[in-house]
Amino acid sequence: MTFGGWIEIFLVLALVVGAAWPLGAFIAKVFDGQRSFLSPIAGPLERVFYRLSGVDPRKEQSWLCYALSMVVFSAVCFLTLYALQRFQNVLPFNPDGRDAIAPDLAFNTAISFITNANWQAYAGETTMSHFTQMAGLTTNNFLDTAIAMALALGLTRGLTRSETDTIGNFWVDMTRATLYVLLPFSILLALIFISLGIPQTLHGSFAATTLEGARQTIAIGPVASQEAIKLLGTNGGGFFDANSAHPFENPNAWSNLLECWSQLVLPVAFVFAFGRMVGDAREGRSLLTVMAFIFLISLTILYRAEANGNPLLTALGVESSAGNLEGKDVRFGQASAALFAVATTGTGTGAANATFDSMTPIGGLSPLFNLLLGCIAPGGVGTGLISILLLAVLTVFLAGLMVGRTPEYLGKKIEAREIKFVMLSLLLTPVLMLGFAAIAANLKISLDSLGNAGPHGFTEILYAYASTASDNGSAFAGLSANTPWFNTTTGIVMLLGRIASVIPIMAIAGSLAKKKKARPSAGTFPTHGLLFISLLLGVALIVTLLQFFPVVTLGPLAEHVLMEAGRTF
Amino acid sequence: MSTKAATPGLFDPAIIRRAAIDAFGKLDPRKLARNPVIFVTEMVSVVVTLLFIRDVVTQNGVASFSGQIAAWLWFTVLFANFAEAVAEGRGKAQADALRKTRSDAHAKRLIDPNNRSGMQDVIEGVSALDLRLGDIVLVEAGDLVPGDGEIIEGVASVNESAITGESAPVIREAGGDRSAVTGGTTVLSDWIKVKITAAPGSTFIDRMIALVEGAERQKTPNELALSILLSGLTIIFLIVCVTLWPLARYSGTMLSVTVLIALLVCLIPTTIGGLLSAIGIAGMDRLIRFNVIATSGRAVEAAGDVDTLLLDKTGTITFGNRMADEFIPVGNVAEHALAEAVMLASLADETPEGRSIVALAKSRYGLAAPADDADARIVPFSAHTRISGVDLPGRSLRKGAVDSILAQSSVPKDHLPEDFKRAIERISRTGGTPLAVSENGFLLGLVHLKDIVKPDIKDRFAALRAMGIKTVMVTGDNPLTAAAIASEAGVDDFIAQATPEDKLTYIRKEQQGGRLIAMCGDGTNDAPALAQADVGVAMQTGTQAAREAGNMVDLDSDPTKLIEIVAIGKQLLMTRGSLTTFSIANDVAKYFAIIPALFVVTYPELEAINIMKLASPQSAILSAVIFNALIIIALIPLALKGVAYRPVGAAALLRRNLLIYGLGGILVPFVGIKLIDLAVSALHLA
Repeated sequence: MTFGGWIEIFLVLALVVGAAWPLGAFIAKVFDGQRSFLSPIAGPLERVFYRLSGVDPRKEQSWLCYALSMVVFSAVCFLTLYALQRFQNVLPFNPDGRDAIAPDLAFNTAISFITNANWQAYAGETTMSHFTQMAGLTTNNFLDTAIAMALALGLTRGLTRSETDTIGNFWVDMTRATLYVLLPFSILLALIFISLGIPQTLHGSFAATTLEGARQTIAIGPVASQEAIKLLGTNGGGFFDANSAHPFENPNAWSNLLECWSQLVLPVAFVFAFGRMVGDAREGRSLLTVMAFIFLISLTILYRAEANGNPLLTALGVESSAGNLEGKDVRFGQASAALFAVATTGTGTGAANATFDSMTPIGGLSPLFNLLLGCIAPGGVGTGLISILLLAVLTVFLAGLMVGRTPEYLGKKIEAREIKFVMLSLLLTPVLMLGFAAIAANLKISLDSLGNAGPHGFTEILYAYASTASDNGSAFAGLSANTPWFNTTTGIVMLLGRIASVIPIMAIAGSLAKKKKARPSAGTFPTHGLLFISLLLGVALIVTLLQFFPVVTLGPLAEHVLMEAGRTF
Repeated sequence: MSTKAATPGLFDPAIIRRAAIDAFGKLDPRKLARNPVIFVTEMVSVVVTLLFIRDVVTQNGVASFSGQIAAWLWFTVLFANFAEAVAEGRGKAQADALRKTRSDAHAKRLIDPNNRSGMQDVIEGVSALDLRLGDIVLVEAGDLVPGDGEIIEGVASVNESAITGESAPVIREAGGDRSAVTGGTTVLSDWIKVKITAAPGSTFIDRMIALVEGAERQKTPNELALSILLSGLTIIFLIVCVTLWPLARYSGTMLSVTVLIALLVCLIPTTIGGLLSAIGIAGMDRLIRFNVIATSGRAVEAAGDVDTLLLDKTGTITFGNRMADEFIPVGNVAEHALAEAVMLASLADETPEGRSIVALAKSRYGLAAPADDADARIVPFSAHTRISGVDLPGRSLRKGAVDSILAQSSVPKDHLPEDFKRAIERISRTGGTPLAVSENGFLLGLVHLKDIVKPDIKDRFAALRAMGIKTVMVTGDNPLTAAAIASEAGVDDFIAQATPEDKLTYIRKEQQGGRLIAMCGDGTNDAPALAQADVGVAMQTGTQAAREAGNMVDLDSDPTKLIEIVAIGKQLLMTRGSLTTFSIANDVAKYFAIIPALFVVTYPELEAINIMKLASPQSAILSAVIFNALIIIALIPLALKGVAYRPVGAAALLRRNLLIYGLGGILVPFVGIKLIDLAVSALHLA
């Protein structure tokens, strides 16, 4: 670890918080239906959309209607995206003549892009046509982020409203998320990316002769436009296979800083917006402090482990002052790789500028643990807020009883119905992740995909299902994921990870919206301040640890103690 | 029920013996299914027992280990059952006592209640069990009241100790707010005619029996939510343990089912799962011992959530009666002379006001009653003159309402002394009542009668405020008087000149603002407000309507108790929360005991995370299971007594409980498991 490295890290984080604060105010305003500086342009567009689709923006929906709208919309997106891939060979903007995508890969990719997971079992530049990348993948990057924002809004309204049956209108929330937040800021970011050297063209690949005289095919395309929403929307699905490690996706130090910044800014802004929407900025700040704490612990562990390097190589006399550089881009260095890795797994992005598979066991544990926590540092746009709110409800219920009152969160009593749905959504990750990992760890067809034996191979399987169950989509790498087995199972896991949690989450929103809002008093459990922050942090860590301590022991922890003892596989 | 006389202790040997036997009866899986955590524990105990039998038969060398695990798993289930049985035991003992007062009574039923014949009532003897709603019965001195009812004629003194434990008789009479009688109580003198208002089997005593016995016990809302959480955790840990077998297989570790089950039972929240119902029963029991009957556990929980207390001024905030507070002489009358005069005038006055005047004169002025009062002629108080006093030789001492004294005094109405007028004004302004005193028609001065606020009440309200509870005084006084008393007592708000409708409106308004309200009441006109309040405590002495409208009945009819009821409710919820936190925090240490033990054969390097340095894998697992079982027994006293409650704010309470049960919950098992492991390896058990 170097002083300069930490300066770089804190500079980015300061810029994130500095921008997220006003952005949060803006988001709160937009979803409250107030006028903002974008209203003159986005307002008319918004009304056109409502008129064309026959949506009455004043008509609100019940929680079930809201959730079902989301499910139906996702289903339509899935079918369209699946069809686009299957027929891309006959569709336009296919300069390199890419073939139709195989059914299992198309299924996996379609689900991956409607769930904001952006798990990529394909190499974009050699598989997808420009049309699929633009109309399919990039478009869905906007839509699935807008969906996630809408869901978070629905849940927030459940907390702010009282004695009502409605939690807003899904179509309105989604439209506003796209028109007022995602589109304008993505356009701005894409233009900056272009100025930094990221390509944006409809041209196909061209051939080049290298200095050594070898022939090389250089793939280009509409990269910048996809790059912007990939990061802003915490999607993570890159244009190229190498993702942000590719020079056309991440050409220099400035673009790298901007990429770290842009995947953190909206999730953080959303938490600030939450504080404003519930009428108490302290509530938002408390949640954010917990997120920041997890982020910094995770970052410190990873940075330290990687900067110290691999003791086995050091023992062999390899120069170790630069730390473990395997799988990292020397243009960016240790600090930036650590920051990117934690930002991408702490959020729902799942992009990469380094390979986790090449990290030390403890270095690799850090991103894995972020996924197991459910990506809450600070989480995906909207989904991070939802996840931490569920944990907050659980915390309030567990500890709130200790003050001798029926637990309340923001004045809403937490009772049997809420706990039922919180537990249902909490159950989902262990069922999907441990369940599928348990099968995959014993099947030849999946074991054949492993790049390594021993505990490291175990971690590769674990990571694949942790990444898809939490809809993060980052890859540990080292695993050949484009097989019918992995395409099908990770597809199912991503789908259930998103859709199956929507019903319980929206049910909580509906149930909370119906309740009266209790007035806070000195007898109320305070949900801001140091005590609550440490409690929420403790609950998040202990609940995660209790579920996953055994598998973490079998994977990274075993690998670590074995490495220390000099045993390799 | 002799709750006051012979309350069985928490661990009365008779109750313990009965509970130990009941613990086995509760092994019936149909009964245990109500408690998912312990039900799962029982099911896996059966599995490990079968495995133990297999190990014995096949002689594979692990029979000693699986046998011990099986035994401790069964102990876990039994300990949980025992906790519940102990909690129920006290209720059962009380129910038995109550049953004796019931049903064997004979009733004297009037054959012709309307008495159309105009002759003496005709009576038939029937069993109390044959009484129907609306029957009229005659109850005479020495009779047991055969059922709950309303007195329609007569007045009698009744011994209600069967219900209240209070042996002093109370007066019950037709009409008004004291017309209800309860089955099982005894008429001591006179006679009453009672109209039966509850069918046999649903009388007050029947309901009390059901409540103390816990027969009708249903899970309260919060208990239900907690059960769902515990079931959810159980399912999660089931998944963790079931998937661990194939996941470990990948690494070449073949885990035995016994070991996986041991891990499962250590992880699922057996501690709180085993104690949950005991905590609930004990909470109700604390209330009953406090002589308050809650008609449902829901009401007890609601008491913990109360934000606003509606308290009647009289009897709760102030002593029931006005008392003399100072003597104010007028003109050049000496204060001491006034005191002496008014004391003499009050010597025969047995009203509380009269007695308070004598008491004040004695305490503040050191006066003593004259030994010889043979010449005294008492002038008793009459509603007509509103004056009382005494005639001594040469002295005619009078005290009474200011107007009445002035009317018969020599002072002209429009020439009242200035200091006299000022004093009256001052007394009225502070909510007091002035009493004028004269001697031979000459005005001596005033007695300031005031509502005396109970001495400790201000501190209690301050404590309530710290807990976040608002107190509201309800009084029939005018706003001026009410404000004076309110500020003296330190309540947050008051309702002056309150009508029953005012109370109802106030409650609705507070509830609209998201607050929970508790109140006391006894009159029929209190019934709507009692029903509307979230916690309505009816006085046992109150009317039937009031008792039915409330969700609690205070057998001592002491409105001050509302404050303790809130504390009991809070304590119940706190106990649940603290033990849940403790139970879950325990899992961390158990993981550190068991996980290295599971995998150390495959990866010997994992010995590094065996931070407790437990002797062997088998002893580590066994120690964790033993700790898991013993902690239930160790926590039974806490579950039954409840965690210590202090009237401080939520943040302070949380900090304290988090430190004890959260941090303690993480640390205690590390120590406990290590100690058990030392014992296990010393005894060569594993």
